[in-house]
Amino acid sequence: MASAAQGDPARNTTGRTGRTARPRDELRAGTADVSSTPTGSEGLTGSEGLGITRTVLSAADMNRVVSRMAHQVLEKTSGGDGVVLLGIPTRGVPLAERLARRVAAVEGVTLPVGSLDPTMYRDDLRLRGVRPLEVTEIPDCGVDGMVVVLVDDVLYSGRTVRAALDALSAYGRPRAVQLAVLVDRGHRELPIRADYVGKNMPTSRRESVAVRLREVDGADAVLIVSSDAP
Amino acid sequence: MNHLLSTADLKLDDALLVLDTADRMARVADAPVRKLPTLRGRTVVNLFFEDSTRTRTSFEVAAKRLSADVINFSARGSSVSKGESLKDTAQTLEAMGADAVVCRHPASGAPHRLASWVRGSVVNAGDGTHEHPTQALLDAFTIRRRLGRLDGLAVTIVGDVLHSRVARSNVWLLTTLGARVTVVAPPTLLPLGISGWPVEVSYDLESVLPKSDVVMMLRVQRERMSAAFFPTEREYSRRYGLDADRAALMPEHALVMHPGPMVRGMEIASSVADSPRSTVVEQVANGVSVRMAVLYLLLGGSGAERESS
Amino acid sequence: MTSVIVVRGVRPLGGDARDLVIADGTIAAVAPAGGGERTGVVAEAAAGSADGTRPAPLVVDATGLVALPGLVDLHTHLREPGREDAETVDSGTRAAALGGYTTVFAMANTDPVADTAGVVEQVWRLGQDAGHCDVRPVGAVTRGLAGERLAELGAMASSAAAVRMFSDDGHCVSDALLMRRALEYVKAFDGVIAQHAEEPRLTAGAQMNEGAMAARLGLPGWPAVAEEAIIARDALLTGHVGSRLHICHVSTAGSVELIRWAKAKGWRVTAEVTPHHLLLTEELVASYDPVYKVNPPLRTEADTEALRAGLADGTIDCVATDHAPHASEDKETEWAAARPGMLGLETALSIVIQTMVETGRLDWAGVADRMALAPARIGAVADMPRDPASFAQVGVPATLTLLDPEARRVIDPLAVASRSSNTPYGGRTLPGAIRATFLRGRPTVLDGKII
Repeated sequence: MASAAQGDPARNTTGRTGRTARPRDELRAGTADVSSTPTGSEGLTGSEGLGITRTVLSAADMNRVVSRMAHQVLEKTSGGDGVVLLGIPTRGVPLAERLARRVAAVEGVTLPVGSLDPTMYRDDLRLRGVRPLEVTEIPDCGVDGMVVVLVDDVLYSGRTVRAALDALSAYGRPRAVQLAVLVDRGHRELPIRADYVGKNMPTSRRESVAVRLREVDGADAVLIVSSDAP
Repeated sequence: MNHLLSTADLKLDDALLVLDTADRMARVADAPVRKLPTLRGRTVVNLFFEDSTRTRTSFEVAAKRLSADVINFSARGSSVSKGESLKDTAQTLEAMGADAVVCRHPASGAPHRLASWVRGSVVNAGDGTHEHPTQALLDAFTIRRRLGRLDGLAVTIVGDVLHSRVARSNVWLLTTLGARVTVVAPPTLLPLGISGWPVEVSYDLESVLPKSDVVMMLRVQRERMSAAFFPTEREYSRRYGLDADRAALMPEHALVMHPGPMVRGMEIASSVADSPRSTVVEQVANGVSVRMAVLYLLLGGSGAERESS
Repeated sequence: MTSVIVVRGVRPLGGDARDLVIADGTIAAVAPAGGGERTGVVAEAAAGSADGTRPAPLVVDATGLVALPGLVDLHTHLREPGREDAETVDSGTRAAALGGYTTVFAMANTDPVADTAGVVEQVWRLGQDAGHCDVRPVGAVTRGLAGERLAELGAMASSAAAVRMFSDDGHCVSDALLMRRALEYVKAFDGVIAQHAEEPRLTAGAQMNEGAMAARLGLPGWPAVAEEAIIARDALLTGHVGSRLHICHVSTAGSVELIRWAKAKGWRVTAEVTPHHLLLTEELVASYDPVYKVNPPLRTEADTEALRAGLADGTIDCVATDHAPHASEDKETEWAAARPGMLGLETALSIVIQTMVETGRLDWAGVADRMALAPARIGAVADMPRDPASFAQVGVPATLTLLDPEARRVIDPLAVASRSSNTPYGGRTLPGAIRATFLRGRPTVLDGKII
């Protein structure tokens, strides 16, 4: 599970179409060295030998993007009133915590942060081997009547968010649900859009997007890996 | 993992994965809506050749919480030709399209045989005097929740080890998870080949109790007396029963476990079974979480391994 | 009139190549390789065939094959009468001939039990009718194998079947007094009691060898002492009453020691070991596949080693198959519900080659002794030569088998001659293959196929 798993969002994981990353999986892009030079990487993991890696957001870029998103959340929710941030594991959780810290720094408001694992609500469990479950941690305030902001690193097919919406309903009935993502790479398969987008990043399905976070991977960066060698 | 037949062949990573997954499942039990859509469209058959309302119900609740269809197939009573009926039953289950068969059988190894006859996953829910893997997993899960770890703990298993599938599964699993296991029983109730097990053997309960983090009491069936395994119930109870005085020898943090059903007054005193150090009740709740985890890990993916092997 | 047969280029007991000429059921001439067709017997037969008065001589090219005396199995379950779905006298003796056997002793645990002259004569006649090998019925020691009252041992001895070996095999004659009486009684007609050594109280519910494997697998143990205690007791009884005792399917190292002790005392105790106890061990039970369930159970590596040593030094007199066919519904079950027993006739010689010849423990003369001469002596089989070399000499009955020692074959359970398929060797590659078998000059197997 630690590797940059590949796969067409809608189909199986073999063959050429399998070279593009599945939205959830690119979150687990592993901990290989992150090179800041566009061509400096040997690839993300052992399974991605031929890829060319391009850094599209640096650590400094990511800081700016998260700050802007924090401002947007405050603006859209009238100062964060009744807001709960729920990160979608793995990398959505530290992103939610960063958002909360920025909000606190800007406005002095402490937003409750939790995590929501949508795995058991996915509609594509049968398409591949068993996925390990992640932690769901709902803050003590619960979600009833709250404005829940789901936080994820990459928005792709929208299936993860769909599953997360189902998972959320098991824990209560929020007043509203919003979505914040660091990167929107397009190719939606469901009628889902984000309320807060760090960066819109048009990609080919043959590319995969890897978000690296200090908390998980030791360094911050957003990378695009094209799977076909030149 | 295609099947769960024994803990003897369960690797550390797999064992930890079951326990970690069970942790997640336990949290679901705290949610207002406890039902998950995860195994929608999957069929789980409870195939019980022995009565065990407790275990069958636990599996049933686990499967239903994951939205699987559950069929209870009670095959008890065909005592004359159990052999024939097992294979015939396997073919019936195949035809029904069972994705998993949870099998309880009085013959050791019956689930192994079943696994060679059906395509679906087989979960051993207790076979003869061989193993009861989900019981051991829930025991390990319970210990880890209470004491925070398993590695390095001293676990003492007391009673009819010879005839106990719970003891066998616990010996292998707890050892894999890093615990040190001691078994205490009259020599007649220990298998002769126990020297091959990774356990310490003692005939003296009182000397072992002060060094135990966990004491697991096994049920002792009264009919063992007639087969000369021990002279009288009273003598057994005096030498190997866990009464309040003996329980006081245990360290303060130590747990008392029992897989149930208990014979109060025989192997365990009521005051001990109902004391705060007893985990008997949470073992039942934890059983559902662990069985959910097992069903999820067996049925929650594509099963590609199973198809290719 | 049967044709004259020339077995060309065969190596008796692996020695120099010879041509054996078989006529009128006996070996009529032995010539150097290539010389058989120039012998007078063949020339005469050829002349007779030219004018149509005699069939043409049959030439069997046996170049590279080893000739052994026809094998004798003291322990075969033919299942007829009673379980003809599992085996018949016909199918079982086909398997025997294909395995190189010319005599099999049919165990008494049929339904009805072979405990009267009528039943043993029926089995004997079925063997005559099938014609693939001689069938020597074993009579039950006690009525209905119940271990309570002696069967009519004398009536069976004087029947057409001329029973000399008696056994309750499958059950132990556990009552010490009854065993003493049986041993004494058969002295009148030089009979022998073949004991299934298993103390029944120590093996109640037993499923496999008692030890570490049984402890892990949760199967009730069958302790070695249950076999050894009976062997010790019966050896003492035999010495006491001066009779003959044969121990069936010896399976433990301790049993070998006890038999060695009994023989040293000068008591008339003989013993057999099965091929499976020479090769297979209890680790196989971990699959819970009842194809490995057998009684006595598969033991440990140390036991197989002691059994091989005992067979090599003659402490164990012979190999006997305990060929035990079972219908699939009696084997395709959970372990405890399955019946014990394995096929053996078609693979016995191969297993002996693998465990005894290829390991240097026995030469071909040794194989001939342990698989033909010794069992023939114990079971009082007539016509068997006294020493291994003389089976291929002029004037003796041509009862022999031809083995290709270089052949390797993969055992396919569904391709055996037996009606059942419960061989534990399925998928294994075994050394040696029988090419031909002759019973008193008549081929029962040629080119590896039943005639």
